[in-house]
Amino acid sequence: MTELGSTPAQTVGPYLAIGLPWPDGPYATVEDAEHAVWIRGIVYDGAGVPVPDALVETWQADQYGRFASPADSNEVATGFRGFGRCPTDLEGLYGIRTVRPGPVREPDGVEQAPHIDVAVFARGLLHQVVTRIYFPENERANAADPVLTRVPMERRDTLIARIGPDGYRFDVRLQGAGETVFFDV
Amino acid sequence: MRSPRQRSEPTEHGGYRRDPEGTHPPLDSPSYRSTVLRHPKQPLILLPHRMTELTGPVFGEDRIGPVDHDLTRQHAAEPQGQRIIVHGRLLDGNGKPVPHSLVEIWQANAGGRYRHTGDRWPSPLDPNFDGVGRTLTDARGNYEFITIKPGAYPWGNHDNAWRPAHIHFSLFGTAFPQRLVTQMYFPDDPLFAQDPIFNSVPDPAARQRMVSEFDLARTVDHWALAFRFDIVLRGSAATPFEDEEHEA
Repeated sequence: MTELGSTPAQTVGPYLAIGLPWPDGPYATVEDAEHAVWIRGIVYDGAGVPVPDALVETWQADQYGRFASPADSNEVATGFRGFGRCPTDLEGLYGIRTVRPGPVREPDGVEQAPHIDVAVFARGLLHQVVTRIYFPENERANAADPVLTRVPMERRDTLIARIGPDGYRFDVRLQGAGETVFFDV
Repeated sequence: MRSPRQRSEPTEHGGYRRDPEGTHPPLDSPSYRSTVLRHPKQPLILLPHRMTELTGPVFGEDRIGPVDHDLTRQHAAEPQGQRIIVHGRLLDGNGKPVPHSLVEIWQANAGGRYRHTGDRWPSPLDPNFDGVGRTLTDARGNYEFITIKPGAYPWGNHDNAWRPAHIHFSLFGTAFPQRLVTQMYFPDDPLFAQDPIFNSVPDPAARQRMVSEFDLARTVDHWALAFRFDIVLRGSAATPFEDEEHEA
């Protein structure tokens, strides 16, 4: 087998906004899809200051636990893309329009609690950082989730979205008090 | 950023191989000052590759406009600067081409200025250059852009700091762990030695993989110089024995 070394990651730098945002980026599902919700949050740095030049990307299953990917042979819900991408604004705020995913049943029978994989890119991040969004409604599934249970109990709440007035709220703290749990992918 | 004991250990479902230590920059790279308040201080937690990590979005032709790959034809007239062809292959770590995959780029103009409100250094904008391109790789993983050579530019990181000329690249591959944003550099840039972003990659061999090669064979007489930049995304551990006859 040919084994090639990976190309290293580099920061998106301060000007990612000219290249990466798409007009339809925030829509992981079509705007008016059944049960569509907004997930919004602020990305903070280690001084607690909002990060106005980050990009948040999300990847997830639909409400039935199916992925819009050739690696999943199941058909996804109509209008569901599963991928969202949103730059933060001057207040550090991003928003993704999506549906709450269903539990994901693995080929080996393991069931994962509903979750969304999240990658954050920014100036000052030489590699994207990866986290997950879980949902407060799925308390029992969360307690049994094979990934969440790897996370020290006292830090798990950084991965659980909160219910807000118009959808979910998921802030990302890159560093310091309440630092979000990030994964080695 | 990856802890050594987890190196190249396949996950329970195969998944994607972990890159050797030194391939990617540590998130805590204090000589690049913006990392100071933005790198996590808690250890990263190993994420086994399951369905969410074994899948990824697919983008089609509908995302690409007719001149998105040609940054010299997006306005009424041509931009200023040295016209170049930037091309290469998108491969995975098993040497397998990644076909029909979205490649996005953005860059400064010939004078080293970005079309971004935050870039205010005194070098002129070019009305004929946005500095943004996108394309899909073909069936064999090849991509090609036509653009102009970006200029170097100053930044405030340290005294008299200059970024070496570079083009930002964004790649998806076929699964979430293959997602890569990197920068393509140009050969023999005298600014490499003082650049903390280029030098943030610990392994010198890995660092060189970000440097394109001048490609005389692909230059076009009386029209454009050419640079080749092959990009390697993480290889899958699930299919360790590819049949190699298909590797050209």
